[in-house]
Amino acid sequence: MTRPLIWVPFLGAIALFAVIAWGLFRPADRVIHSALVGQKLPAFTLPPIVPGKPGLSTAAFATGKPRLLNVFASWCIPCIAEAPQLLKLQQAGVEIDAVAIRDTPAAIADFLARNGDPYRAIGDDQASAVQLALGSAGVPETFVIDGQGRIVQQHVGDIREEEVPGLIAAVRNAR
Amino acid sequence: MLAEAGLAALWFAAALALLQLVLAGLGVWRSAKPALAHDVSTAEIMAAVRPVAVVQGALALAAMLLLIWVFARSDMSVLLVAQNSHSDKPMLYKVAGAWGNHEGSMLLWVTILGVAGAAVALLERSLDRRTLIATLGAQAAIALGFYAFLLFSSNPFARLNPAPADGNGLNPLLQDPGLAFHPPTLYIGYVGISIAFSFAVGAMITRDVGPAFARAMRPWVLGAWIFLTLGITAGSYWAYYELGWGGWWFWDPVENASLMPWLAATALLHSVSVLATRDGLRAWTLMLAVVAFSMSMLGTFLVRSGILTSVHAFAVDPTRGSFILALLAIYIGGALLLFALRVGTVKQGNTFDFVSREGALIANNLLLTVILGIVLIGTLYPIVAAGFGTQLSVGAPFFDKAAGPVALALVAVMAAGPMLRWRRDTAEAVLKRMTLPVAVTGIVLILVAMLGHVAVLPLLGLALAAGLAVASVAPLWMRNLRRTPLFTYGMVLAHLGIAVSLAGMACDTAFTQATLVAARVGVAQRVGPFTVTLDGIKPVIGPNWSALEARLSVRRGETGSVFYLRPQSRFFANPVTVTSESAIATRWDGQLYTVLGEPDGTGRWQLRLWWKPFVTLIWFGGALVALGGALSLLGRLLRARQGKLREGSA
Repeated sequence: MTRPLIWVPFLGAIALFAVIAWGLFRPADRVIHSALVGQKLPAFTLPPIVPGKPGLSTAAFATGKPRLLNVFASWCIPCIAEAPQLLKLQQAGVEIDAVAIRDTPAAIADFLARNGDPYRAIGDDQASAVQLALGSAGVPETFVIDGQGRIVQQHVGDIREEEVPGLIAAVRNAR
Repeated sequence: MLAEAGLAALWFAAALALLQLVLAGLGVWRSAKPALAHDVSTAEIMAAVRPVAVVQGALALAAMLLLIWVFARSDMSVLLVAQNSHSDKPMLYKVAGAWGNHEGSMLLWVTILGVAGAAVALLERSLDRRTLIATLGAQAAIALGFYAFLLFSSNPFARLNPAPADGNGLNPLLQDPGLAFHPPTLYIGYVGISIAFSFAVGAMITRDVGPAFARAMRPWVLGAWIFLTLGITAGSYWAYYELGWGGWWFWDPVENASLMPWLAATALLHSVSVLATRDGLRAWTLMLAVVAFSMSMLGTFLVRSGILTSVHAFAVDPTRGSFILALLAIYIGGALLLFALRVGTVKQGNTFDFVSREGALIANNLLLTVILGIVLIGTLYPIVAAGFGTQLSVGAPFFDKAAGPVALALVAVMAAGPMLRWRRDTAEAVLKRMTLPVAVTGIVLILVAMLGHVAVLPLLGLALAAGLAVASVAPLWMRNLRRTPLFTYGMVLAHLGIAVSLAGMACDTAFTQATLVAARVGVAQRVGPFTVTLDGIKPVIGPNWSALEARLSVRRGETGSVFYLRPQSRFFANPVTVTSESAIATRWDGQLYTVLGEPDGTGRWQLRLWWKPFVTLIWFGGALVALGGALSLLGRLLRARQGKLREGSA
């Protein structure tokens, strides 16, 4: 082995560690950039899940009024955590529709009684079909829908206190 | 109390590792000085290293056992137990829960490291004394870093106040008896390679690289390699039946993390043979020993830091990640620096012709290294790409296309290698000896090609597997079988195992028949030679899950007797997970693999059916390879013992 070649493994390892360290410390972009942003909502019709509250279909959107579409479930702990924020959004005049994932009427009624009810309508998605069509991978997720029924923004995970004003602004701007 | 005792054992073990490092360093340094070499205190310092290593290993083992005990007692006042266990869990999963999490698995890692060091201190008698002390010093240096990692950033014994009543539970996918034993097996392989690394570092420090060093190192490498082989084989089978995707290897980063050390260790195993038998490949063997353990540590890092997993898996913890990364940089960078500084002074070993056993082993090493490089690049490329703003994952198409042809070339070399003579051989003589395997390869190639519709890679795979199978038993041809040494049988069996495994892979790729059907109750489906009828679906309740279970009645051909398969779609409430429990019927010539999917709402159920001819050969071959390794190890140990007895009587 010639002299300079001897250093190749060492330098290779240094380069490798530089790459990994870079990967580790680079501020990760955790936002999901959905390909559906800017697109019309996929067509769906979901039956109601609790008595006294309508189900949800694509026709409810595109009414000229922007709104939030919340994907949630009674069995989801972060959904309980985000419930107060949803109530705040509702008090600020934001209309919220919801899709309940793999749930039962009794569990949803109990969930609403415990955590408050910010929803105008709740659709019953037993097989996660609408959830998948929306490009949502888990619960809770919240979509900002504009007046023409287009997806403007996808929020993954529970809505935090400090994210409420941003969402209100997003709904206002989504004419 | 138990948790505190465990923590104390860990601190004492760390202190002893420091002592071991200092004593070994001092001993090796003093013995290199002519003035001090024959001093009594130099001998005393060197003599202290072994017992310290043994006690350090024992203390690490004690800490691990105490952690297992705390888990077995479901002591919820320990944070780790509360987070990862549940008081209602079966005892097996309580015990397995001890290493089914970050802190516990890192403790298992250092425990194996400590115990391996203790084993070297107790059992290794053939290595030069100074090199052995330097080796134990290197082992202590690695252990010290990982003790520090545990104590400062991942304390497994941290308390939780107040203690909860029940605990969080364990990921349902991990609640499988196979997986309870999979990590320890793989870890013994991963960390066992550390001994090869420490041997190499020790030898570079004392510049003592030669056949005696290689003979001392070989059993340790073999031992670790056997466990790696077993761990990978078992892990592959687990993924096959538990994930319900019908595949046996997914080129997932975690799988690659276990494959890379295996590739390097396999190369090392062969180059160590050249060094032991012919005193060649000195620098290359040292390099491979360093690379093999580097791949183990890199694998641990990639898995534990979460750097390569998706957004929805676990959170990246930069503190822990950077801690392990710093350790890796010190150990791997340090060893490679030592290599660069010292390898010039390691004397060149014996030379040899290109056409020779050594030449074939070098070809083997180069091809294994190329495959290793391909897997490493494919595994790390997403990190690099993310740096340029592209989110991507590198999957099977890349790995299959890039590594497949190289692997087939490797198989061809493997077939020829054992038939070559050491040092010098002629191409004509080799070709003459290879007549039968080459003929078999050609015949199978033509026969399978006549079937049509078989892709190139599996076609070559089948033909080469047949040729390799014939070639691998050739070393036993015309020999007195009772006088053939055990390690030759080991090599034959291991090579045959590769042929068997390759045949299984090629058959699976070439001949698998799959159907995805929306099945109505009572309507028959055909897959391969089987007729499968959905009899009905019923709900089943398990300890912490509920499931829909299908009953499938299956008949082979027109006249076969009917048997039943019951695949399930399981729903776990906490955390919410749906898993497919596949149902598999194993026959001598393959497996029928069935998975139950979603209902379509009109009374039809999604069914995935696979007929996989000879797929079982993949894991059977893997087991043969491990068994071959075990025979080799036994043969080498017996030979060493006989050698010693002869020395004693002479």
